[in-house]
Amino acid sequence: MIEVYDLHKSFGKLEVLKGITTRIDRGEVVVIIGASGSGKSTFLRCLNLLEVPQKGEVIIDGVNITGRNVNINLIRQDVGMVFQQFNLFPHKKVLDNITLALLKVKKINKKKSRELALELLHKVGLSDKADAYPRHLSGGQQQRVAIARALAMRPKVMLFDEPTSALDPEMIKEVLNVMKQLAAEGMTMVVVSHEMGFAREAADRVIFLDDGVIIEEGPPEQIYNNPRAQRTKDFLRQIL
Amino acid sequence: MTFPDYSVVFNNWPFLMRGLQVTLSVSAIAVVMGFFIGSAVGLLRLSRVKPLKLIAGAYVEFIRGTPLLVQLAILYFGLPSIGIDLSAFAAAVIGLSVNSGAYVGEIVRAGIQSVDKGQMEAARSLGMNGHMAMIFVILPQAFRRIIPPLVNEFIILIKDSSLLSTIAITELMRAGQHIRARTYADFQIYTAIAVLYFIVTFTLSNVLGVLERRLQVSD
Ligand SMILES: Nc1ncnc2c1ncn2[C@@H]1O[C@H](COP(=O)(O)OP(=O)(O)OP(=O)(O)O)[C@@H](O)[C@H]1O
Ligand SMILES: [Mg+2]
Repeated sequence: MIEVYDLHKSFGKLEVLKGITTRIDRGEVVVIIGASGSGKSTFLRCLNLLEVPQKGEVIIDGVNITGRNVNINLIRQDVGMVFQQFNLFPHKKVLDNITLALLKVKKINKKKSRELALELLHKVGLSDKADAYPRHLSGGQQQRVAIARALAMRPKVMLFDEPTSALDPEMIKEVLNVMKQLAAEGMTMVVVSHEMGFAREAADRVIFLDDGVIIEEGPPEQIYNNPRAQRTKDFLRQIL
Repeated sequence: MTFPDYSVVFNNWPFLMRGLQVTLSVSAIAVVMGFFIGSAVGLLRLSRVKPLKLIAGAYVEFIRGTPLLVQLAILYFGLPSIGIDLSAFAAAVIGLSVNSGAYVGEIVRAGIQSVDKGQMEAARSLGMNGHMAMIFVILPQAFRRIIPPLVNEFIILIKDSSLLSTIAITELMRAGQHIRARTYADFQIYTAIAVLYFIVTFTLSNVLGVLERRLQVSD
């Protein structure tokens, strides 16, 4: 589903990704962990070209998105993204947040877009919030709308960048539950998160990223219980 | 000190009102044109096309770095000597619009840049191209933030239009100067003019203030 070969990304002189190679299968749920500044977000953002890597390849569903002559807008429709800060459109109602790209990008008619949006709002448990503005919603509710908005494009992959780290503890669960449900439905997911409960329950694989390289990857039980590398052990000791 | 006799103002009231009318109509035209120029300039300053960006930047810097009085003099007194004749009215409108456009351009640019960068990323991650994201996501949000400084700029423009008195436009200020030349009632005339400017700007800022609050409530 996603193949990454020797991915390099620098900001000026700062080399953030120093050659990342991995593959993510269809339906797989991968959790990425690592210290602040280790390049987790940058890696994720290279997967939908919000950051353009200097070297290496990203192949999504057979399409080399780092190649020339790719229509990035088309590819991004297949790769949903959920941000730490939700990034809902504050000037649009919840329903319109979800339908905007359906109407303008997919050119689906109003009635169908609305139906799809309502269906997705139901899925994330927010049917009653269709006509509210984002600022009247709690953080957890906003993040669930953001998930619904990304899902509306019917993506093949969903990327989550610390989706719960801006949330109060009591709201984390409601967002994780939606994500677990998605995972159970077979969505391919790449999740940057330190929520170990989620990783243990929903992830097929955990990747530990440090200083721009993959130090270790494996099933959650192995990474959390028997990390092989010393750096993984040190890191886990810090977050536990 | 003597108590000033304001009858001179009321005796010349129709003439003053005609001046005020000119002030208002020239300002209105310049506000609209300045807004269009400024919107274009603001967008160009953020464009990725280097030459356009540079030209827009140079325009803003030049206008902001030189006095309006001098800009008007160039248009009305300078251009004829190289064979370009502008009517006083054309020079006035062009001068004010081009001047205001630079300031509005900065307001528009700042408004767009004040929108959180996550908004563009969210829009792009949904497959919108840059233009769609700008039109449907960034500009509507920028617009709300632009309104207060824009109102401020409009008010400055109305006050600056008094400089048109130097290029043979009989707007409010020059109308007053004419009356003064006949009556020597400097104090009465100039205070009356100040009050008239104030009534216009005060009304405008209040009316637009109400509009602005309406817009904020409805979002
Ligand atoms: N647009 C950018 N310009 C310059 N430097 C950047 C940019 N984005 C990220 N960096 C730098 O790259 C490094 C890695 O950033 P990244 O956001 O990928 O880390 P992260 O692992 O997601 O960290 P965190 O856990 O804090 O989110 C950091 O040192 C960061 O300052
Ligand atoms: Mg990050």
